[in-house]
Amino acid sequence: MAGIHVKTTINGDAVEFICQPEETLLDVLRNRLGLTGAKEGCGTGDCGACSVMVDDRLTCSCLVLGAEAEGRSVETVEGMARGSELHPLQRLFIEHAALQCGVCTPGVLIAARALLEKNPNPSEEEIRFGLAGNLCRCTGYDKIVRAVQAAAQEMRGA
Amino acid sequence: MMRYEAPATVSAAVSLLAREKGVGLVMAGGTDLLVKMKSGLVEPDLIVDIKRIKPLHEVKKTASGISIGAALCNAALGENAMLRKAWPGVVEGATLIGSKQVQGRCTMAGNLCNASPAGDAVPALVAAGAKAVIQGPKGKRKLAIRDVPAGPGRTTLKKGEIITAIELPKREPRSADAYLRFIPRTEMDIAVVSAAVNLTLDAKGVIKKAAVALGAVAPTVLDVPAAARALIGTKLDDAALDRLAEAARAACRPIDDKRGTAAFRIQVAGVLAQRAARTAYARAGGK
Repeated sequence: MAGIHVKTTINGDAVEFICQPEETLLDVLRNRLGLTGAKEGCGTGDCGACSVMVDDRLTCSCLVLGAEAEGRSVETVEGMARGSELHPLQRLFIEHAALQCGVCTPGVLIAARALLEKNPNPSEEEIRFGLAGNLCRCTGYDKIVRAVQAAAQEMRGA
Repeated sequence: MMRYEAPATVSAAVSLLAREKGVGLVMAGGTDLLVKMKSGLVEPDLIVDIKRIKPLHEVKKTASGISIGAALCNAALGENAMLRKAWPGVVEGATLIGSKQVQGRCTMAGNLCNASPAGDAVPALVAAGAKAVIQGPKGKRKLAIRDVPAGPGRTTLKKGEIITAIELPKREPRSADAYLRFIPRTEMDIAVVSAAVNLTLDAKGVIKKAAVALGAVAPTVLDVPAAARALIGTKLDDAALDRLAEAARAACRPIDDKRGTAAFRIQVAGVLAQRAARTAYARAGGK
């Protein structure tokens, strides 16, 4: 079956793929491009496990069609580290044990980075609000909030 | 097999939809559409994505007020300082929808066309006296926001018609609006009841114009002129607030469902209308 030919940018690299019209960006990332960082939790935009950036906007990739990526810039958790050097959020999530099963973590990291780009010094309430679209059933959120606070402090150079 | 089209102009989008023999649907943010497709609630033959139409992302001042493009996501709406200042209630309704992730995609026009009685973007637009700018096979027309929903999940738009913009009227001095909803959680929930109030005061702080809209208490968002009349000519004293609540409650025709009983919704509609009126009054400079 003929598909839609899409040219896009993912984590700074030019990427081309062919997808079906009803296929979501999440399915394209995972099944066609081997980028399995974004996870399918609910598939209906409630849990945030599939969070990615599309043209600098935080979105659920399960609520974006693959075809919509044409000409856009997509960023996923795979693009967060620089080579072997983890992003401060990634490193501090490990140090603070801000994950257990890890299914929500890629989405939480993308959402946390989006939050800190807009607000480098968020209050605890602002962090919880900024991550309200990312459900975690393991940590109880406290360690996630602490890791984000620590990353914010480090990234501010404080 | 479903087809996906992302035309660059409104006229191309209209003709795609008008020509479609099966089910053709508009996609703005897609936050409702894709969920409905996954659950099998809708099975479109054609999706017309309007996000590639550049003018549909613009916010601009026009002769009649402010025009907001139908494809502008609510996150961008909330970042617009001019809109926040002129229409704080419209912005707070739109930006209450969903998470940050959903905000990056969802639109006011989409919320309106999804036609849920509980849509958070709609009551403040009704209270604002906003209009939907519609383009279709027979040309352009404008329709009051309150006349767009026909019932839960249904609109009065005809085949091939697209909402291209939402137009807010010109702001008079000493005007402001406010929107409040009741949800059992703190964030990310669907309104059990909601209320929007839009006020214009005279130089002495007396309310000279008012509009009150209620959400989730009827099949469509309600414009409640009797509640607005309770406020006009007053400085929002206790007697006026009592009459406001009474008129708001009298207009409610809610259902019992898992989110709340009809009796609860009627009671809370009055309370929210009073609180939204107080906020709008203070924002408009009333004391």
